[in-house]
Amino acid sequence: MPTLADYLIASGLLFAVGLAGVMLRRSIIIIFMSLEMMLNAANLSLVAFSRNNLVSGHQNFDAQVLVFFIIAVAAAEVAVGLAIIVSLYRARQTTHVEDLDTLKF
Amino acid sequence: MHLSTVAWITLVAPLVAAGLILLVTRTSKPLAAGLAILSALITCAGGWALFLGGAEGNFHGFDWIAFGKDFCIPFDLALDPLSRTMLIVVTTISPIVFIYSIGYMKEEEGFWRFFAGLALFLFSMLGIVLAGNLVMMFIFWELVGVSSYILIGHYFSKESAADAAKQAFLVNRIGDFGFMLGILLFWMATGGFSFAGINQSAGAEIFVKSPGLLAAACVLIFCGTVGKSAQFPLHVWLPNSMEGPTPVSSLLHAATMVAAGVYLLARIFPILSASPQASEIVAWTGAITALGAGILATQQDDIKGILAYSTISQLGYMVTAAGLAISAALPMFHLFTHAFFKCLLFLTAGSVIIGMHHQQDIWKMGGLAKKMPVTFVTYLCGMLALSGCFFFSGHYSKDLIMACAWEHHRGVFWVVVIAAALTPFYMTRQALVVFFGKPRSEHAEHAHESPLVMIIPLILLAIPAVCAGYRPVEHYFFHSVGSLAEPEIPHFVDIVFGAAFFLGVALAFLIYRGAPAKDPVRIPFFHNRFYIDDFYFWIVRVIQGGFASICSFIDRWFIDGILVRGSAAAVWSAGFALRFLQVGNIQAYAFFFGAGVVGLIYILLNVR
Repeated sequence: MPTLADYLIASGLLFAVGLAGVMLRRSIIIIFMSLEMMLNAANLSLVAFSRNNLVSGHQNFDAQVLVFFIIAVAAAEVAVGLAIIVSLYRARQTTHVEDLDTLKF
Repeated sequence: MHLSTVAWITLVAPLVAAGLILLVTRTSKPLAAGLAILSALITCAGGWALFLGGAEGNFHGFDWIAFGKDFCIPFDLALDPLSRTMLIVVTTISPIVFIYSIGYMKEEEGFWRFFAGLALFLFSMLGIVLAGNLVMMFIFWELVGVSSYILIGHYFSKESAADAAKQAFLVNRIGDFGFMLGILLFWMATGGFSFAGINQSAGAEIFVKSPGLLAAACVLIFCGTVGKSAQFPLHVWLPNSMEGPTPVSSLLHAATMVAAGVYLLARIFPILSASPQASEIVAWTGAITALGAGILATQQDDIKGILAYSTISQLGYMVTAAGLAISAALPMFHLFTHAFFKCLLFLTAGSVIIGMHHQQDIWKMGGLAKKMPVTFVTYLCGMLALSGCFFFSGHYSKDLIMACAWEHHRGVFWVVVIAAALTPFYMTRQALVVFFGKPRSEHAEHAHESPLVMIIPLILLAIPAVCAGYRPVEHYFFHSVGSLAEPEIPHFVDIVFGAAFFLGVALAFLIYRGAPAKDPVRIPFFHNRFYIDDFYFWIVRVIQGGFASICSFIDRWFIDGILVRGSAAAVWSAGFALRFLQVGNIQAYAFFFGAGVVGLIYILLNVR
């Protein structure tokens, strides 16, 4: 039976992988996927805490409800984000972040 | 027509005329002059109607400022014996001067501007005369200041005239500041502004507890008089105001502006006489002014300058009379006679100046008696009245003041007697130099009598200049203003006064007999006006100038340099440093963001 610490370590690793992806990868789609991974790392820790936190012998489902909200919002965000990436590709014929550096001093 | 309607028409007519002249008749000289004179005649008729009708009481116009029941400043006209008599002086002299101005200003620039100014001036003065409360009087007081500024600076392209106008306004402002404080003190004590209320406030609780406060309030109000009536030490503006056209000087010095100060004293007379300390200060200020200005007048060269100092001297008499705390009629009686003969003197001076083609130096004149006979004779009337010669108006009013001074205040009496000896001296000097002897310049040789439009006002004014002091006239105009303790004049005063007159005339004859070519007596200290003007100029330059340069330094280096430009530079350089963070790479931004989050977590966990 994995303990809370195990879940949190898994969540932290997942988050670290996502962060590394955002920082290091060049393709904007991969960055986007890494972002989603970070979101899910957060979800994982929420669910883990929820399982562990007994209030007078009963489980508290607040955090799990919150996870559903996050999933719903993430889905909406993906729809918008992908649409932006598509129109960006149409405009620039690239999804490489190094080529998208117009906004600078 | 009801008398209150007459009063309102009298007040507003000149304002309407001024507005019409400014807006409509700028191109037509006769129309501009006609409108102004018409308004003056209307006020004249109104003034006499109010006097003969014996209008009495408060004519309420409207509430100017009303905060509930406790604080209300109405715009109302007060008619009582005092304001009725003053109304006669103002409205009788004004139309004469207005008509005279046609002749004097015929060839001058800004004809319509001049007449509009005169009408506005008349309106402001009427406002002072009819004001029912101190605040209203203060407003018209300032309006007189503004219109005198316009008129004195009529030749504004001439630097000295522009400076004189500015000086007149600013010096008056100094006195007005005290006036304003005085109004506030009285308001504090009585909770109102009306003259009726203030004059009964001697019994007010706060004044009974501290008589010093009452004296302070009266002296502060008196500050307004010091400015407007050109008392020492604020007399400097009046001689310089001679830069204005002569009819303006005449109006300024006779019926209007300078008389306003004395009128104010007469208005608050009941409360002023309730404070012995304040009366003492007023009496001495007047006496010193009368003497000092008399001394200065003996050494002036400008024909109008001499008259200007004589005006200050005579105003000193009136102020002294108010300070003797006997009756409001005492200063008003001298104001009454003085208004006529001083107006006459200025108009004759104007006639001489026109005859001399705008030469004002008396040492360039001479022998004008034969060339300008009417001017000469009328001048003589005014001059004798001013000097206090028997049977002329000035004698009676001055005699009365001296008798009262003798009875109530010996110190002031002797100062005033010396001044009374100086008056005939400098007037005889002026008369001898201007009208006798040989012509001293080209202009004097070809001088000629002035046109009828200027001569007739002179003759009209010569009559009251002679008769205004006679017993029936005095009784007619002053019996209801206040009692004049006439029967008590001791013989001694009569003799001293007569001796002073003859002494002055004889001395002048001795020195200026045969009208020498230049002044045989030259006293630089007097000629240069006791150096008071230079002293003020020095004060302004050192204190005000020094203060201004300190302010300028602080403004330029501290406020501009450090605060304004410094903050701009700080923001700009911060922006310059920060824009290097805008690298344009999304991953760099993500890194900054992550670093920021880590930094925040670190701060939250470790920093207490």
